Amino acid sequence: MDFINQIINGLSTGSMYALVAIGYTMVYGIGKMINFAHGEIIMASSYFALVGISSLGLPPVAAIALSVVLTAALGVITEKVAYKPLRGKGSLEVLITAIGVSYLLQNVFYLIFTSSGKTFPDIMPQGSFHLGGLHITYITLITLIISGVCTGVLLFFIHKTKMGKAMRAVSEDAGAAQLMGINVSSTISLAFAIGSGLGAVAGVIYGAKFSLINPYIGAMLGIKAFIAAVLGGIGSIPGAMVGGLMIGVAESLTISYISSDFSDAIVFGILILILLIKPAGLFGKNVREKV
Amino acid sequence: MKKKLVKSLILALLMAAIPYIVLTLLMSLGILNSFWSGIIMLCGINIVLAVSLNLATGYLGQLTLGHAGFMAVGAYVSAILSIYYQWPFLLTLLIGALAAALIGIVVGVPSLRLKGDYLCIITLAFNEIIRVIIVNLKITNGSRGLIGTPHETNFTFVYLIAALTIFVVYSIVHSRHGRAIISVKEDETASELSGINITYYKILAFVISAFFAGAAGALYSHYIPVLVPKYFDYNKSVEILVMVVLGGMGSLPGSIIAAIALTVVPSLLISFSNYRMLIYAIVLIAAMLLKHSDAGIALKRMIPFLNKKGKEESL
Repeated sequence: MDFINQIINGLSTGSMYALVAIGYTMVYGIGKMINFAHGEIIMASSYFALVGISSLGLPPVAAIALSVVLTAALGVITEKVAYKPLRGKGSLEVLITAIGVSYLLQNVFYLIFTSSGKTFPDIMPQGSFHLGGLHITYITLITLIISGVCTGVLLFFIHKTKMGKAMRAVSEDAGAAQLMGINVSSTISLAFAIGSGLGAVAGVIYGAKFSLINPYIGAMLGIKAFIAAVLGGIGSIPGAMVGGLMIGVAESLTISYISSDFSDAIVFGILILILLIKPAGLFGKNVREKV
Repeated sequence: MKKKLVKSLILALLMAAIPYIVLTLLMSLGILNSFWSGIIMLCGINIVLAVSLNLATGYLGQLTLGHAGFMAVGAYVSAILSIYYQWPFLLTLLIGALAAALIGIVVGVPSLRLKGDYLCIITLAFNEIIRVIIVNLKITNGSRGLIGTPHETNFTFVYLIAALTIFVVYSIVHSRHGRAIISVKEDETASELSGINITYYKILAFVISAFFAGAAGALYSHYIPVLVPKYFDYNKSVEILVMVVLGGMGSLPGSIIAAIALTVVPSLLISFSNYRMLIYAIVLIAAMLLKHSDAGIALKRMIPFLNKKGKEESL
């Protein structure tokens, strides 16, 4: 029973990683770049929600909505200011710029909120319930439900709407999509907005789950979610979801059965194995190199 | 022909000796105080790191983010040999560097099959794994840090190793092997078709790069009082990569100047410690954006020294 409990906990953490991983995967699929600052954007979203609840006195739902809107805006602004001028200019420069943006966000929040952790208000019902022999906290359950609904809506948007179709077209071939009259630039911005917005949901979940946030929470969360995106096959949205859940479960099982000291090393070990055995990830397409 | 070679060798030795003599004089006369001599030592260590990474990233064209991991291996191996076995410093430095090269083979053989962003991520993962292992080992004293490494690193050693690194990387790049390495960067398929064993050259350059990172680590561990694993996290790898990119990919003088600038400027900003990283981040973004803007290209043309490098890049 304990084993199943750990799996449920892992799925809950994993669904949070999945929401962040979707941001990485969408931006990589459409913009062909790793947004190294994505973790820091999620850190920012936790602070937006915190300010909304604690300083502005908004009800939790309104604060979350505010955080989603502000975070999406932050994502679009970073894209316009820092990444757009470098589009098509080599991946190294974009990588360094993204790292620069992540340092910038970390330090701006450090200067405003200091490095000491801030307590995140309890916005989700505390406590737990028993189901059979299982012991499930409400936060775990709510996290799973919210993540499920978010990804469901996203999949509907990507596959059933015209804008979603445009996004898929751009990720397949940006040049051809442009010739068909799709505005590539605004599609990329949209990908950043959606990715950051979903990340904001994950940021609020993070705050509620661990109830302590500081300017450096984004780094590890970002790296783990990125690993999830690679595991699932970067560029693939279902892949990011499955990858996120797998990383969450692997982490939860490592902590409870092996050692919490090595949980990060094991997550990185999974990444190395995946990259060596199946570099395209579980759901990725194999791209043949043509001469 | 031979005479010309001897002449240029003597000239190079003289050129290398002058800064050494000047800096030693300034330090022994007390004109440069201990604060500045500390910065100069760190400059030297960073030059070793940046120049060695330039071989793997600049010349070979492989984007790696794990240089701090190799530095950590060199630092810890040499420190442990010094503390527990009292081996002489230069021997521990050599063994530390060899250990880093060995880890370089272990990491490089599987990783170098990947390219671009994926290679960058897998080397970052190896960097973090090395760090987590160091944190969890007993002999390294975990995250509390290793104390009691003899303070053996002095300016002469740092200068010698830095000069040796520059000499070796320069010699490799300007040899037959160097041309093979550069051809791998330009076009892997074409160089493979020309009979170049690209796997061999990729691993060769990567391992040499790891070797010198290990040497830099050994210098560092015998310089600072407490050796903590936190220092070798991915931020350090990023810092070294930034030196290479800012100095110019495949430019040795660029790497040296960038290593010095990125060591001296943050040290001077220490009184603004709260804003230091913020300024660093803004400079980083601005430098990357400027590099590709019209103003940046015009600026490059005005400086003849940079102009030459610009031409090489366009080839």
